[in-house]
Amino acid sequence: MIAIIDYGVGNLFSLCSSLQIIGEEAIITSDVSTIKSADKLILPGVGAFGDAMEKLMTSGLDKVILGEAQKGKDIMGICLGMQLLFEKSFEYGEHKGLGLIKGKVVPIQGDIPQNLKIPHIGWNALHFKNKSRIYKNINENDCVYFVHSFYATDCDESITATTEYGKELTASVQKGNIYGCQFHPEKSGNVGLKILKAFCEKEDK
Amino acid sequence: MITKRIIPCLDVKDGRVVKGTNFLNLADVSSPVKLAQFYTENGADELVFYDITASSDGRKLFTDILAETASKVFIPLTVGGGINTVEDFDRVLKCGADKVSVNSGAIKNPDLVSAAAQKYGNQCVVLSADIKRVDGVFRVFAKGGRENTGMEAISWIKKCVASGAGEVVVNSIDTDGVKQGFDIEMLQAVCDAVNVPVIASGGAGSKQDFVDLFKAIPDIDAGLAASVFHFGEIAIPNLKRELYKNDIIVRLK
Repeated sequence: MIAIIDYGVGNLFSLCSSLQIIGEEAIITSDVSTIKSADKLILPGVGAFGDAMEKLMTSGLDKVILGEAQKGKDIMGICLGMQLLFEKSFEYGEHKGLGLIKGKVVPIQGDIPQNLKIPHIGWNALHFKNKSRIYKNINENDCVYFVHSFYATDCDESITATTEYGKELTASVQKGNIYGCQFHPEKSGNVGLKILKAFCEKEDK
Repeated sequence: MITKRIIPCLDVKDGRVVKGTNFLNLADVSSPVKLAQFYTENGADELVFYDITASSDGRKLFTDILAETASKVFIPLTVGGGINTVEDFDRVLKCGADKVSVNSGAIKNPDLVSAAAQKYGNQCVVLSADIKRVDGVFRVFAKGGRENTGMEAISWIKKCVASGAGEVVVNSIDTDGVKQGFDIEMLQAVCDAVNVPVIASGGAGSKQDFVDLFKAIPDIDAGLAASVFHFGEIAIPNLKRELYKNDIIVRLK
């Protein structure tokens, strides 16, 4: 069973449906025992980093996630959920993240040519770095759907794919059992479903 | 780089797609779910569902259909039609919409865009504007293009973007239905005025019209059309290959 962690941000309908359509049992939950009994966890999120982190801490789910990560359980952060995995973010101030992956989250604005629009929204191509197992059925240049105004940096050793938008932006990361996708696999058509499927597969060590 | 998006628009009334379709191999051509699946498999980058239902029963049917579509189709879904309040945003977002497009609702209630953007984020709020030249000036029209609001279109769009609209759909009433190409002049004026994605609508009659659009305005993000896709006059995979051949970056599968 895959637990989609519900901490009051974002719309989880599509994410849950996408897991069901690839044959996974998915539960949207904030219940600690359900999260602990899940095979894998997905940390979703849209909205602001500071708010999201505060909600995780208020509910105590930050500790639960860190505990499960420590035990070696596979965890995938999606979009803001990926950004929360990092040490800190500079989205409207400075905020501490979960610190599961080394690096920080910074505004795209100022780092790319001014004529490019922000947010970075739409379908863009993946370029593999240290290819992750979640891409085992995906090809270089396959497109996925992005919507974001901030990106992860200073995380070179964890980057598994980048995308090009005025500069190379971090598209995904992995450090051991911790995975992050800046894009939305649940909105990326068949490519996205294959990525989710590969993540959900039980043994691939 | 980011790809140019091709977006079919489905008008839904009482749970069925209207404006006819004539796809071969598609048994139920007026089923929004089936059509959405068909387009997703055939290269659409995003879908717009436009609710033209007037009754509350129809509204309920629409959200049921939307939820069913969103449970089977995994590309971005934008919903428009009958969006007048933040509660309307909530109603469709809960059923799997990713973005919500406002038109007359924003004209009637100028605070709607900012209220929705604050609650759901700018990326969720799409301004859709029906624009027509009146004595040489771009004017915003309401009620499906029937009523001149008297507002100058470019300043209206700038105001809505400043309030939090994250994308703008520009529908030129002057070129809509004529099938002689997009309204390049109007679209360029909007692109020059705002720094959010602009989606072109109204006037597509051939693949070349899309090539001309993206060549003439490199800043335009997407082309939207309805009948040319529904009637099979343009097949999206062919359109994308044509764009690719013309050095326009698109998602090919």
